[in-house]
Amino acid sequence: MSRMWQVHELRDRYDAVIIGGGAHGLCCAYYLASEHGINNVAVLEKRYIGSGGSGRNTAIVRSNYLTPAGVRFYDASLKLYERMAVELDINVMLSQRGHITLAHNDISLRTMRRRAEVNRLQGVESRLILPDEIKQLCPVLDVSDRPRYPIIGALYHPPGGIIRHDAVVWGYAHQADAHGVHIHQMTEVTGIEVSGAKVTGVKTNRGQIKTETVLNATAGWCSTISAMAGLRLPVITSPLQAAVTEPLKPFLDVVVVSGSLHVYVSQSDRGELVMGASVDPFPSYSSRGSLDFAESLASHIIELMPGLQRVRLMRQWAGIVDMTPDYSPIMGFTPVEGFFVDVGWGTYGFKASPIAGKMLAECIATKRTPDLITPFSLSRFNEFDLMGEAGAASVGH
Amino acid sequence: MLILKCPNCGQRNVSEFRNGGEYRPRPSRPLDADDQQWSNYVFFRHNVSGLQKEWWYHRNGCGLWFLAERHTKTNEILSTFRWGPDRTE
Ligand SMILES: Cc1cc2nc3c(=O)[nH]c(=O)nc-3n(C[C@H](O)[C@H](O)[C@H](O)COP(=O)(O)OP(=O)(O)OC[C@H]3O[C@@H](n4cnc5c(N)ncnc54)[C@H](O)[C@@H]3O)c2cc1C
Ligand SMILES: [Zn+2]
Repeated sequence: MSRMWQVHELRDRYDAVIIGGGAHGLCCAYYLASEHGINNVAVLEKRYIGSGGSGRNTAIVRSNYLTPAGVRFYDASLKLYERMAVELDINVMLSQRGHITLAHNDISLRTMRRRAEVNRLQGVESRLILPDEIKQLCPVLDVSDRPRYPIIGALYHPPGGIIRHDAVVWGYAHQADAHGVHIHQMTEVTGIEVSGAKVTGVKTNRGQIKTETVLNATAGWCSTISAMAGLRLPVITSPLQAAVTEPLKPFLDVVVVSGSLHVYVSQSDRGELVMGASVDPFPSYSSRGSLDFAESLASHIIELMPGLQRVRLMRQWAGIVDMTPDYSPIMGFTPVEGFFVDVGWGTYGFKASPIAGKMLAECIATKRTPDLITPFSLSRFNEFDLMGEAGAASVGH
Repeated sequence: MLILKCPNCGQRNVSEFRNGGEYRPRPSRPLDADDQQWSNYVFFRHNVSGLQKEWWYHRNGCGLWFLAERHTKTNEILSTFRWGPDRTE
């Protein structure tokens, strides 16, 4: 049996160099090679592929965002996930089990009503439900008026769910490799050569590469890579933590998010509860977990599901994420010719990797920004034309 | 647990404080600054992986806004100090 991807010598020239071996970078490489005939492509990854956010996320996929452009974009991604197992020939274990976002106050309920309308106008299944229907979908939730913040309604999004993130990374790596892409692990970019506002090459710990096209797909590290090209980004890097419990018998077959309590939870196929919250209280590049996080997570989960009091936490981890002021990504051209970005993925970027990779490949190959991603350009910040996705992306990833 | 030294109150648990982001000078002549300068100031960041000068606010304490030098990769805090024209540039 052959390996899923090969090891290569570093060439001294590539037609495109993608920095960052997460789902985004690998997916873009796959589309460049498979759809646009650009095969002389390198993906440079300083550690191993999937060692960033792509291997640390809680694997939630959904498209019930708040802005019409956001909904259209994430929905296109979900559609690609729906046929990914066949296309990439790997079991990505997509489980569209339904996603519910709880409202504990009138303001959340109002945002959800708006989201439901925006979603439906874009053809995305999404509606407001009340406590008796919530109880039917998820009997373990305490929908009484006993809790400090009682549940008064929820946004229900049936096509949302979870996926096996590692398989997505490996699937793209395998297919990109099969189309001739070089995947270089343990290859750290240390500099970008720019001459006359144009990219001319990349420096790595393994040597120099000549190229006119570079994609920055390094998520939490994107500011460090952009700085090498002389650019600043509207991005702040913060840790995001998650945790799993010991395995339990299956009892939870929807993804549950509570914005007010700052937690979300789903049950994996192994039975573990996968739980997370919002980003850490201050920015950092450190991926250390904290006791504060575990304590507040546990108390909030128990508030929602009192039956889980005696369940033990098994693991806890952190990744670093690239937050933008409008909770939306930044994709496409930059002021440096040949230097493209696919960044600003914050706490919600895994679900977007298929469509982002596809769109960036098209952007790079055709030198035109595809319509689907024009609202997400870097220039929107200079035009004060931000996206405003916070209401749908600040806690639920 | 990170410990931060408030210039007024001394060493306190970081959970008493709120981070106010990296230090960045405002456009020096605000009335003349154009959109580009404002958007640079408002949105864009160095966001370094390394030593960063940044604002902190002693929210659950004396209410002081002060500056710190922190290593953003290790979270080591090298110094904390009051804002003052001589200390910031
Ligand atoms: C705990 C947690 C939970 C999350 N939950 C969800 C979720 O439920 N749903 C969702 O959609 N999203 C979620 N996210 C966000 C999601 O993980 C990210 O947005 C997404 O994985 C970003 O993918 P990427 O390929 O852009 O970057 P990454 O996967 O982070 O890859 C970037 C890569 O760049 C490499 N790199 C950095 N610097 C260099 C360099 N100098 N040279 C070479 N390589 C370099 C890194 O090693 C890294 O592997 C979560 C994130 C975390 C941390
Ligand atoms: Zn104080």
